[in-house]
Amino acid sequence: MTEKLVIIGNGMAPGRMLEHLLEAAPDRYQITIFNAEPRVNYDRIMLSPVLSGEKAFEEIVIHGDGWYIKHGITLYKGHRIAAIDRDAKTVTSDHGVTESYDKLVIATGSVPFIIPVPGRDLPGVLSYRDLDDVSAMLLAAQSRDRAVVIGGGLLGLEAAAGLKERGMDVTVLHVMPTLMERQLDPAAGYLLQKAVEARGIKVITKANTKAIVGNGKVEGVELADGEIIPATLVVMAVGIRPNIGLAKDAGLEVNRGIVTDDHMVTSDPSIFALGECAEVGGHVYGLVAPLYEMARVTAARLSGGEDKRFVHSDTPTKLKVTGIDLYSIGDFADGDDREEIILRDASAGIYKRVILQDNRIIGTVLFGETGDGAWFNDLKKKATDISEMRDTLIFGQAFQGGASSDPLAAVAALADDAEICGCNGVCKGKITEAIVAKGLTSLDDVRAHTKASASCGSCTGLVEQLMQLSLGDSYNPAAVQPMCSCTTLGHDDVRRLIKAKGLKTIPAVMQELEWKTSCGCAKCRPALNYYLVADWPDEYADDYQSRFINERVHANIQKDGTYSVVPRMWGGMTSAKELRAIADVVDKFEIPAVKVTGGQRIDMLGIRKEDLPAVWADLGKAGFVSGHAYAKGLRTVKTCVGTDWCRFGTQDSTGFGIRIEKFMWGSWTPAKVKMAVSGCPRNCAEATCKDVGVVCVDSGYEIHFAGAAGLDIKGTEVLGLVKTEDEALEVIVALVQMYREQARYLERIYKWTRRVGVPEIRRQVLDDLDRRKAFYDRFVFSQKFAQVDPWSERVSGKDKHEFRPMAVAEFVQAAE
Amino acid sequence: MTWFDIGAIEDIPQRGARCVATPRGKIGVFRTHDDRIFAIEDHCPHRGGPLSQGIVHGAAVTCPLHNWVISLETGKALGADEGSVKTIPVRVEDGRIALALGEALLAAE
Repeated sequence: MTEKLVIIGNGMAPGRMLEHLLEAAPDRYQITIFNAEPRVNYDRIMLSPVLSGEKAFEEIVIHGDGWYIKHGITLYKGHRIAAIDRDAKTVTSDHGVTESYDKLVIATGSVPFIIPVPGRDLPGVLSYRDLDDVSAMLLAAQSRDRAVVIGGGLLGLEAAAGLKERGMDVTVLHVMPTLMERQLDPAAGYLLQKAVEARGIKVITKANTKAIVGNGKVEGVELADGEIIPATLVVMAVGIRPNIGLAKDAGLEVNRGIVTDDHMVTSDPSIFALGECAEVGGHVYGLVAPLYEMARVTAARLSGGEDKRFVHSDTPTKLKVTGIDLYSIGDFADGDDREEIILRDASAGIYKRVILQDNRIIGTVLFGETGDGAWFNDLKKKATDISEMRDTLIFGQAFQGGASSDPLAAVAALADDAEICGCNGVCKGKITEAIVAKGLTSLDDVRAHTKASASCGSCTGLVEQLMQLSLGDSYNPAAVQPMCSCTTLGHDDVRRLIKAKGLKTIPAVMQELEWKTSCGCAKCRPALNYYLVADWPDEYADDYQSRFINERVHANIQKDGTYSVVPRMWGGMTSAKELRAIADVVDKFEIPAVKVTGGQRIDMLGIRKEDLPAVWADLGKAGFVSGHAYAKGLRTVKTCVGTDWCRFGTQDSTGFGIRIEKFMWGSWTPAKVKMAVSGCPRNCAEATCKDVGVVCVDSGYEIHFAGAAGLDIKGTEVLGLVKTEDEALEVIVALVQMYREQARYLERIYKWTRRVGVPEIRRQVLDDLDRRKAFYDRFVFSQKFAQVDPWSERVSGKDKHEFRPMAVAEFVQAAE
Repeated sequence: MTWFDIGAIEDIPQRGARCVATPRGKIGVFRTHDDRIFAIEDHCPHRGGPLSQGIVHGAAVTCPLHNWVISLETGKALGADEGSVKTIPVRVEDGRIALALGEALLAAE
């Protein structure tokens, strides 16, 4: 019989524990999780990049909703456990859900320490612990006003850097004489302070907070010496305390944390504790590596597998503030029995200190250049006698045994059991073995298979070097293709930063993202213009000079400099009146060629640019609007005659096609979008090679996408079957909006899908109803600004200059 | 040199171009992001594309047909492509643009 496993808390430690457990004993437990936060498991270490805008929340999710479903885990979001009844072996949530357990895991994490000063409850005083705190800070940062961060430790400095990045005027108050005094010696603390100040953040050390002042909301922080620092936001980041209240109430043995043995078992043999709330061997932990170790130990015990025990080890400290490199590990206090080797390079801002005891490294502090951190740590862990290399030790690994300064050689020289990823405890041998055995070729693959560099990411460089060593030239670490030669950033980074930094004009993008050219080029400008149109539909003014000629004049340029014009024929349906109007236009303007297109409409070719507005005026009178046959946007929706005429038709495919086209015309997309709706599986509209296609069946609408029938030939993927036309429309619109928001410019849906994966797209636009609705709503909002017929605008005089020569020079005038 | 007044700077959009019709073919007149004015033959050396319809960036234009990049200053193709178009002298005074069309047109007669 399956046993019941209940987990209280859904942070990184229990998340990792479940991964191990599901691997070792997938069917042993029926698992229930109670999470006080109303969301899935995410990478808390990466909150600082979310705050600073370098990452989006979606990017730091570890387990999406689908993961819980796949593993049959019940996740109660927003349920705080109110009580544990150890006799009845049940837990009860604050929403009244009671669940019984055979085994219980307490992973309640920690709570931020709030200094007991007057005013600590004022609105505008935040801690820095979870996504809600980050969201509140982001909201406050919109004021671009002043913020005070109390606490100059790891979290405080990351918060300060993030808020500064978001445009706030930030002051850090730190009670000790130097920053991060628990992880850094005073010299490195001083350098850190200089580096922080160089970013425009004020630092006040020896600052004793007396009170937080304000009337109804925060107005400032008062120091012990009476000075008041004005602020509208105060972030307290002075430390954390294990969250042990629940365990204590249940009568479990607690000290600083919930006391466990080295199997992570508490004083009750049915109850485990792990994560920041646990105290093992007299230590409590706040960094991820030991927490993951606890996860491994707990999972081994729960699965009845090999006997693992938790062993204490030092964990390096790294600061996640872009541009400040800092690494420290071990013990660095002075002492009579200790020696130290120091390297300082003031102009380069480098400081390195290695602390030795009996010719063995016991601590390391690196600032400004941290590449050798892993190597020093390895020497420390193995207690290597360094007498032989003492003279050059401080210069790092590259200087040992020959003067090689090749970073690859340094990585090659690392032993197989050298730790590469501190967060996840992955050693070199495991990574190289996985690369070879599983044929991994990308960083993402390696992350997926080994977890190396999948948490804080600071060892990414090392992992990439390992890939280079294993794969040789076939691996290119700079695989992110820059958008063009004007920038080193790839499309994805640019899109992310446009949103994160709120960049709303092309000059703003180029300035903030440090474009290398004054005004871009023909590759990046149309892409940026599209990203801005898609991201800020109501605020961004389309930059017409950054569009290709076709989109600028709303017709297709031909090889002789003339243009072709394709009016919309909704769903491929037309009438005598429309055909007559086209015939008249062709006669009147002596249009040399008329052709039926593959998208069920009519193309008039060879029109002189000067004639375009007059051609459109005549077409407009017959009710025609632009067919956007020139656009990176919605082109056609091809249909068959469906239930109107066809004896096999199952649904009104023509009507639905017209409805889609009328709903979606005018929208700009990363590349062209062609659609089709077929009324039955005979598929006469050829829907299964389109960007988006619908095949009607008796039971509803089968939605297809990611087909291609051009440069590449590819049948579509099936997104799913829905019952009603309304639902089909919502899913299709959501799909296109997701594509509009996430794809790279000029990337067709099938290529984007290849990159993102069908399951992920299905999850976002079909399964997750809230997300689907949000995509749909954003599309509808953007259509308010996009559905303007460009032809009638130009008939009324818009961009007049575009269709006339500036001047006409005659022989006579020139000869004067 | 005969100067032929073609209009005001504002008649051309920034990072844009207009064309001037002459009996010898069209001339593209370009205005850069920093308001410099250039005139070149509106005829790409590659396949004759209308350069005045291209995207203007820095002091160069990308041809709308096959993406050749032509320097507005020298008329030469940039990058790996080889070829050039004639440049036409430009004078800007009091916001008015004049082209030295004289020679080109006289030579045509």
